[in-house]
Amino acid sequence: MAFVNWFKRHLVVIGGLLTLGYLLLPNIVVTVFSFNKPKGRFNYEWQQFSTDAWRDPCGVADMCGSLSLSLQIAVWATIGATILGTMIAFALVRYRFRARGAVNSLIFLPMAMPEVVMAASLLTLFLNMGAQLGFWTILIAHIMFCLSFVVTAVKARVMSMDPRLEQAAQDLYAGPAQTFLRVTLPIAAPGIAAGALLAFALSFDDFIITNFNAGSTVTFPMFVWGSAQRGTPVQINVIGTAMFLIAVLFVLAGMVVGNRRNRQKA
Amino acid sequence: MATVTEAEAPPLAPQPAKKPPKKRGRLVPYWLLLPGLLWLIVFFALPLVYQASTSIQTGSLEDGFKVTWHFQTYWDALADYWPQFLRSVLYAGAATILCLVLGYPLAYLIAFRAGRWRNLIMILVIAPFFTSFLIRTLAWKTILADGGPVVGALNTLHVLDVTNWLGFTAGDRVLATPLAVVCGLTYNFLPFMVLPLYTSLERIDGRLHEAAGDLYARPITTFRKVTFPLSMPGVVSGTLLTFIPASGDYVNADLLGSTDTRMVGNVIQTQFLRILDYPTAAALSFILMAAILIMVTLYIRKSGTEDLV
Repeated sequence: MAFVNWFKRHLVVIGGLLTLGYLLLPNIVVTVFSFNKPKGRFNYEWQQFSTDAWRDPCGVADMCGSLSLSLQIAVWATIGATILGTMIAFALVRYRFRARGAVNSLIFLPMAMPEVVMAASLLTLFLNMGAQLGFWTILIAHIMFCLSFVVTAVKARVMSMDPRLEQAAQDLYAGPAQTFLRVTLPIAAPGIAAGALLAFALSFDDFIITNFNAGSTVTFPMFVWGSAQRGTPVQINVIGTAMFLIAVLFVLAGMVVGNRRNRQKA
Repeated sequence: MATVTEAEAPPLAPQPAKKPPKKRGRLVPYWLLLPGLLWLIVFFALPLVYQASTSIQTGSLEDGFKVTWHFQTYWDALADYWPQFLRSVLYAGAATILCLVLGYPLAYLIAFRAGRWRNLIMILVIAPFFTSFLIRTLAWKTILADGGPVVGALNTLHVLDVTNWLGFTAGDRVLATPLAVVCGLTYNFLPFMVLPLYTSLERIDGRLHEAAGDLYARPITTFRKVTFPLSMPGVVSGTLLTFIPASGDYVNADLLGSTDTRMVGNVIQTQFLRILDYPTAAALSFILMAAILIMVTLYIRKSGTEDLV
């Protein structure tokens, strides 16, 4: 009975932790299988412990090339989408103008559209224009679908900004440029950073839209997709594990910095 | 004119009168909007128009396609591929419900019970976003492998007998069955459910729970009458963020399913990239888009949170 009561009281916690386990199970499997020494082409069955793949992560033909291509595209897409998105977000929050509702819908629609539909329609456009599919068409597509997410992230931050801070700066004879660079931008920075981070993750990991518009160019997700048919090398699991660890460390570091800054303010 | 919008700013003391607007500033919002909007119009809106025109074309790859207002393509596409459409809606619906059932306790845990573990759990929910989702989806092949521990356990617990009877699985395997596809979809879109749920739960004032308890509400009643209704915005945006991408997904059905679990995304992909039958593919993706728009509009109206969009 005592156990039943305990179980009842902690039901939510147990359920939540089980879901978290479900969410992390594949990451654990990816990590474990990065130390496998598979027989044959496919790395789906545990054979033997080995650190070969970790010692030679680029030992598979074309994999690291596709990885660096994905990184390049993600960096450029992040820069493009963050600049364009931040400008739109400021315009939407700070100004009243005609067609504001229409602009809002145009921003919202790409997020509410299944990716295949966007991917397929973009391909029709490129085919009609006779565009050469490759790096540039991928980049154009990535900036397009990251844009809305950046706008949403930046908008949320700019909306919660106290406009009196900027008025105060102006009262202290700061020019428009000075006010923007020394007051507005630093306050909006966390929102812009969140948008940029989201854009990077979305672009780096995108498969569906890239698959339609890449032509014969191979990004990392497309390499993984191809290898699922041909046989997955262990190195893919190494990259997957490394990406997970880097993401966790990156976010942890960001939090430590944020905490320290908060403490200094207090 | 650089007026600050008062409707969306936090409640403030009356603002001092602004300096007289400069004529030059009037165009500022348009200059800010121009590049981004142009991008969306040219690479998002215009392609949809092109696709609409493609869907009513006839012809072949060799002779070229021409607009012939051939609406028959739509009927043919529906007649040929209605099972895939139905499957997309069913699988995405099942995954959405599973995401809600699984995601709610996790979001609740992070919002109210995690204490000093909150940040760590948040990181663990978000971190998979930065790991390739294709690699993680492939990992499910290992987890659900024939004769593996998961399938063995399901067999011992006679779960597979039930799912076989329901038609979710076939024989002694989970891979290449609807169950595997729904499992993958649920897994892939779970964070999209947890994050909005968490955001709306976090806004709830903890004192409301105490008040409900003081009024002798049992925990389950508190949840039913206080917590859940207040989390509705999160439930609505979470279900939309799960259902819409899941219904168009073809990766899970391809990697974890078989030819019997193909969804409409798979058909669009094959028609576009392998068979090169552009009109049919365009018609299919238009039907998918229209179906989702209708369903989402009805759903938003029914759930009474129109201010969400």
